[in-house]
Amino acid sequence: MSEPSALSPQPSALGSYLRVVGALALKDLRLESRRRETVAGVLVFVLLVLGLFQFALDFERAEARRLVPGVLWITLLFAGLLALGRAFAAERDQGTLDGLLLAPIDRSALYLAKVLATVVMMSAVEAVALPVFAGVFDAPLLAPGVLLTVFLGTLGFAAAGTLFAALAAQTRARDVLLPLLLLPLLVPLLIGAARATDDLLAGAATPVSAPWWELLAGLCALFLGASVLLFDALLEE
Amino acid sequence: MSSILTREPIAAPAGRDARRFSAGFGKQDRVLNVLFVLTVVAMLAALYAIFVYAPTERVMGHVQRIFYVHVSLAWLSYLAFLVVFVASIVYLWRRDERWDAAARASAEIGVVFTTLFIISGSLWGRPVWGTWWTWDARLTTTAILWFIYVAYLMLRAYVPDMPRAARYAAVLGIVGFVDVPIIHMSVVWWRTLHPEPTVARLDSSPLLPPEMLATLVVASVAFGLLYVTLMIVRVRLERARDEVRYLQQALSLRGE
Repeated sequence: MSEPSALSPQPSALGSYLRVVGALALKDLRLESRRRETVAGVLVFVLLVLGLFQFALDFERAEARRLVPGVLWITLLFAGLLALGRAFAAERDQGTLDGLLLAPIDRSALYLAKVLATVVMMSAVEAVALPVFAGVFDAPLLAPGVLLTVFLGTLGFAAAGTLFAALAAQTRARDVLLPLLLLPLLVPLLIGAARATDDLLAGAATPVSAPWWELLAGLCALFLGASVLLFDALLEE
Repeated sequence: MSSILTREPIAAPAGRDARRFSAGFGKQDRVLNVLFVLTVVAMLAALYAIFVYAPTERVMGHVQRIFYVHVSLAWLSYLAFLVVFVASIVYLWRRDERWDAAARASAEIGVVFTTLFIISGSLWGRPVWGTWWTWDARLTTTAILWFIYVAYLMLRAYVPDMPRAARYAAVLGIVGFVDVPIIHMSVVWWRTLHPEPTVARLDSSPLLPPEMLATLVVASVAFGLLYVTLMIVRVRLERARDEVRYLQQALSLRGE
């Protein structure tokens, strides 16, 4: 990362870094907005899995309240895995990764850009999925507390997921490997998000029984921090 | 030892000392021989301590004796994964393949110990709790730990070419280990909200009688020695494997 020297005034290093992140994220989002492959496919998958849960679990409206957090978060988790599987697809299929690696940018900027793009895409899916879930289960899933929980969960998922998607994208059985690597590490995320959603649906304004939001925020910070440090090691050669 | 990439692709120097990669117990291999004997002695001592010396527990009877093996395996599993963590960090920092060999070896031994830890827990739980499995905090955390390090081994299996596999595995080794305390915390919080209906906490009683404590120490030392011995043998095996790979590369390069 180029540091501004004392002799020549340059735009701040942080500013140019953020601009690089923004430009890369915008590139991915622009590509996505033209083809809409990822968001459309993932959205249909989410709705489909919602149906599958209903068929498999066969729950009445009365017991739905207890199962909604779990159904919601498992669905989002698997949908996210699909989205991540496509995160580095363009770089892999069209060989654009070399171009990115040759650019005079910090590689962690590439990582953050991918996280940002993934969060935006997942949020687009959630913007449709959450109202549908709320309608089907008659649950207040659009409350601000739930939205915050969903955002934190999505951010944490994207943070860890992008690191391992970059790893898996360069291996053989990438579709099998990504869930194997990611899901055990995301157990605290699942527990925190599902339990927080549970509390919020029960009528609380904030999660009551344990600092779940702090757990989620801590996980986001941990995954983002560790990945920024380690992402370089994944892209050598 | 320099990495494969920086070595000259020339034939190995004459008179290379094969003992360096010996995974066996030849006469010249003093350290490993001593360790092996010590491990056997310690294991015999532990067996005696567990079955003869330790008093029979009042509530659970003789079944409780599996506790000494169970807890020893637990500590050694955590130690093995700590070694994976440290070795992964040093490998990414130094890019010295010996550290990667240590990480590989320790992950494998750790998975074996964790599997045995879980199985011994099930064997213990069945007569005492009446069930083979329960989602209490420690078992759940251990299960997730198992998954993380099995994923480590699978990652190595799916990525055959070397410096890449080592780097990827190092990343997983680091992120996985750092995540473990958080996994533990989240599972404990979850379990305090929805406790398992078990009657007693089996293995965290703070008031172990001194004989039981002594037995636990002896068992832990025995398994610790086993871990060290296995590590040495395994790391040498991995280094031999690296050497074979280097030779294959050198031969194929000279063939072109």
